[in-house]
Amino acid sequence: MRVLKALLRQPAALFGLIVVLVVVAMAMGAPLIAPYSPDNQMFDGLTIEGAPLPPNAQFLLGTDTLGRDLFSRLLFGARTSLIIGLVANGIAVAIGLLIGILAGYMRGIVGGMLMRFTDLMMAFPALLLAIVLAALLRPSLWIVAMVIALVNWVQVARIVYTETRGLVERDFILAERSLGAGHLRILFRHILPHLMPTAIVWGTLGIATTVLLEATLSFLGIGVQPPQPSWGNIIFESQSYFQAAPWLVFFPGAIILLTALSFNLIGDALRDILDPTQRGRG
Amino acid sequence: MFKRWLRNTTMATVLALVPVSVWAQDTPQQGGDIIVTYKDDIATLDPAIGYDWVNWSMIKSLYSRLMDYTPGTATLVPSLAETFGVSDDGLTYTFKLRKGVKFTNGREVVASDVKYSIERAANPKTQGPGAGFFGSIKGYEDVSGGKSTTLEGIEVPDDSTVIFHLSRADATFLHVLAINFASVVPHEAVEAAGSDFGKKPVGSGTFVLKDWTIGQRLVFERNPDYFVKDMPHIDKFTVEVGQEPLVALLRLQKGEVDIAGDGIPPAKFLEIKNSPDGPKMIVDGQQLHTGYITLNTKVKPFDNLKVRQALNMAINKDRITRVLNGRATAANQPLPPLMPGYDKGFTGYTYNVEKAKALLAEAGFPDGFETVLYSTNTDPQPRIAQAIQQDLAAVGVKAEVRALAQANVIAAGGTEGEAPMIWSGGMAWIADFPDPSNFYGPILGCSGAISGGWNWSWYCNQDIDKRAVAADSMSDPAKVEERAAVWGKIFTDIMADAPWIPIINERRVVAKSVRMGGADNIYIDPTRVINYDAIYVKQ
Amino acid sequence: MTFLVLRRLAQTALILLGVAAITFLLLYALPADPARMIAGRSATAQTVANIRHELGLDQPLPVQFWTYLKGIVHGDLGRSYAQKTDVAALIAARIPATLLLMAAGILVEVVLGLTFGIIGALRRGGTIDRIVMMASFVGVSAPQFVVALLLLYMFAVTLGWFPMSGFGTPAHVVLPAATLGILGAGWYARMVRSAMIDVLNQDYVRTARAKGLSSVRIILRHALPNAMLPIIAMIGIDIGQFMGGVVVVEAVYGWPGIGQLAWQAIQQVDIPIIMGVTLVSALAIVLGNLIADIIAPLIDPRIRTR
Repeated sequence: MRVLKALLRQPAALFGLIVVLVVVAMAMGAPLIAPYSPDNQMFDGLTIEGAPLPPNAQFLLGTDTLGRDLFSRLLFGARTSLIIGLVANGIAVAIGLLIGILAGYMRGIVGGMLMRFTDLMMAFPALLLAIVLAALLRPSLWIVAMVIALVNWVQVARIVYTETRGLVERDFILAERSLGAGHLRILFRHILPHLMPTAIVWGTLGIATTVLLEATLSFLGIGVQPPQPSWGNIIFESQSYFQAAPWLVFFPGAIILLTALSFNLIGDALRDILDPTQRGRG
Repeated sequence: MFKRWLRNTTMATVLALVPVSVWAQDTPQQGGDIIVTYKDDIATLDPAIGYDWVNWSMIKSLYSRLMDYTPGTATLVPSLAETFGVSDDGLTYTFKLRKGVKFTNGREVVASDVKYSIERAANPKTQGPGAGFFGSIKGYEDVSGGKSTTLEGIEVPDDSTVIFHLSRADATFLHVLAINFASVVPHEAVEAAGSDFGKKPVGSGTFVLKDWTIGQRLVFERNPDYFVKDMPHIDKFTVEVGQEPLVALLRLQKGEVDIAGDGIPPAKFLEIKNSPDGPKMIVDGQQLHTGYITLNTKVKPFDNLKVRQALNMAINKDRITRVLNGRATAANQPLPPLMPGYDKGFTGYTYNVEKAKALLAEAGFPDGFETVLYSTNTDPQPRIAQAIQQDLAAVGVKAEVRALAQANVIAAGGTEGEAPMIWSGGMAWIADFPDPSNFYGPILGCSGAISGGWNWSWYCNQDIDKRAVAADSMSDPAKVEERAAVWGKIFTDIMADAPWIPIINERRVVAKSVRMGGADNIYIDPTRVINYDAIYVKQ
Repeated sequence: MTFLVLRRLAQTALILLGVAAITFLLLYALPADPARMIAGRSATAQTVANIRHELGLDQPLPVQFWTYLKGIVHGDLGRSYAQKTDVAALIAARIPATLLLMAAGILVEVVLGLTFGIIGALRRGGTIDRIVMMASFVGVSAPQFVVALLLLYMFAVTLGWFPMSGFGTPAHVVLPAATLGILGAGWYARMVRSAMIDVLNQDYVRTARAKGLSSVRIILRHALPNAMLPIIAMIGIDIGQFMGGVVVVEAVYGWPGIGQLAWQAIQQVDIPIIMGVTLVSALAIVLGNLIADIIAPLIDPRIRTR
């Protein structure tokens, strides 16, 4: 509650919260709000020559190149983006926490190995790796989520590692140890709670990165599979119409930007509230 | 009979000397530099290896072959050969070479160069994709099996004579000598370049490669010593690579580019078509192309003929042509309309949702079934796959669309039992040479229904296979018409088994700048794509 | 010191070996048969088998990997399936273009980031600061491909200020570099701002200010050098970010760099090129971090003691 109140006091974070709530409402209420099925390729959704229709009374945001209602597709696309944002980023944070804590707490050979592995993953160009993986595996919503998670955990692991090492040296942990507390107890009772602010901050900021990454993969045609709408693949399918039908790029582009921006704003505000000493990236 | 045909072909050669005047509205001008763009890098220019539709036309112009085609048509004419004759049994072909033809390194082209070039293309060490085309030449098995490096079926009695001995009659053999893999190369240049011959090509064609900046541009200049006078027409063409089709088109409208090689993205098509200069910039013509869906006869429930027939009636092809902005026509048989043997009277399966549902019910699927539809992942193919998906849903068939990179789709198609349905768009069969047999063997015949093959329906009908072999041994030129009719019947009979759903015949649309001259069929040449020899710049 | 450098170099080599092993395993577990792809659609089964043998694809995987590693030592990255030529030569021909683009992109980032960061720090808490920080957030939240399409449409197609595509003149580099740079500039601005604020709050700066030193002098003398350190570390990280970013940017602007090569290869499943580009990118990232680590102590001697 304290955190929420602090958030609401910041105009930028408030703006972000509102946008996120709207997007969540879009995703949850998509079947109720959407005027058409997102997959319905309507006969009157194309001109006689086969061009998409601009926004009009019947199709609020116009139609796409197959004669489907863009508004309905954007609504259902919100589901895709949020699912990927939550799942992919949730997995990434979980893996990052696990590896970061283990490496930071255990030191020795195991910790060293884990950190070398993290270094190894750091040396992969993230986006390139994601593109290669997504292109080579059979793309689907879950594969895309897995690929993004595989790429995104590394940064979290590094930060958690540094923090855990700091914690391990702290007096109260040393004291617990000398009292003979088990490893699990120390990990769960003392270290993990101290890492929660970091996890929350990165969990939020990471959603922004994830939404952008999903959009990029889908834009390249290797993301979520058609006809399931995603904001990125809507742009992918319409990019050649950029000049003739700008609404097909503008609306999904704007909503991707707004969503990513909102998660960034909230994450940044959370960082200030939860841990004022930590600023800048990383 | 042969003599008469020979005379006719020599007549055709005369036409070939001034080919464009026959087709174009105005006389071609000499000179001019033009710029052509493509998105992808140009792969090798080695004629024994190059095999995609972009380098195909460049290789055509860099080298010459014994046979070639009249520009813009599918008419075979002697090229490097002056005359030729065929024995009565169709097993021996004798060619007399044109005198005084020189490679661009200055050496004269002799008969042994022809032998060397074809043996090189057939040799497995070359890793050439076209080796199999020479399978009817005597001794081919020894070469492909690595037992020999020379083809015993090619005889070179003197510097200007080449004799081919075939192990079986092959009605397509003259076409085989006109495809790129039969291009004549000088052995000394090949040996000097080693594995890099594809980047340092030497031939005796209309153009010479002057410069190649990897990832940026290739510069071709006319070969001043080319053996046909006033060919080619342009002095130079520069190929710029890495250009998105959309960007290339915007540049073309500004006059910075003369030919946008990748065609016109759907969105721009309407805009340009409806613009004042549109008609002068768009070349829109038929090509030897059929877009189809393969129904895997080895995967349930497509092993059931009724299911395959039902789905043939379920697709609204007219809507698909509309999604393509009318740049295609609905297809009802494997052969495209321009191909000899195409049956104009054949109607195939007409679009009828009710009948399709009834047939599915009869086959035991009143509620439809679930399946997977593969497609390549470049626009507009996933969109077409979705249109097909919607049509299938209307008869109760739930198809999951899998849009993958082209190579992955090809791999899935060639794996037994893997891909139930494949939409062929983006990798559809475009004929290697204008002969109906080329639409059978690899994609519908038993020989293609193997692991890694291109017969993605895994359709194998022994009876039809026998008829195909019979048709291909009808090498008597007098029976050309009859042979075409036999082939036509083969394809319409295949449709009774319904291994494919023929969807569309897509027209090729090329954008050219207003100053480019030449008839439309020079830009959509049935054997070359763009015929760089015949295009010209209007002054 | 020498020992440390040697140790870092050994670590670098190990990391690259790991990258090579992982990429190799990933790529060769693919369903696509390279021999089949080289052979093309009309090839007979015999032709395909012959090609497979010529390429050594009928060998066990470890043997293939060993052969590949031996090649790398000699600077041989194999031959491209689609382009039938040396991968090393293909990559080498494209590296200058990518380096130029990356350098220009980093320049955009640093210049924009410093400008906005300094303005923000000086006007801390004010309206200008808020606007600048908001703008930097929008920058980092913008999808790169949308920015690329937007810039292309506005400045090349509509206004005609810059060429739409290609390579060669300084004008060509502006839009691609701006696309790459805008994204990162936001991070730089925020980082510079907080680094500056830290410095401006230090006692000695307050003293200097009390002594009547001008703001500009304070910034140049004290605040800026302090902000350089994180910037250098960031540039090291950015090389990694850019290695992926260039794929999108180069594709949209037709920039003849390795990103375009990679994307083309991915679509054609041209494994040797994908391998090669991944390795070269990994090398660039590792070197970027290494150089950042080496430069840092030169700027700030305090780090050496760590």
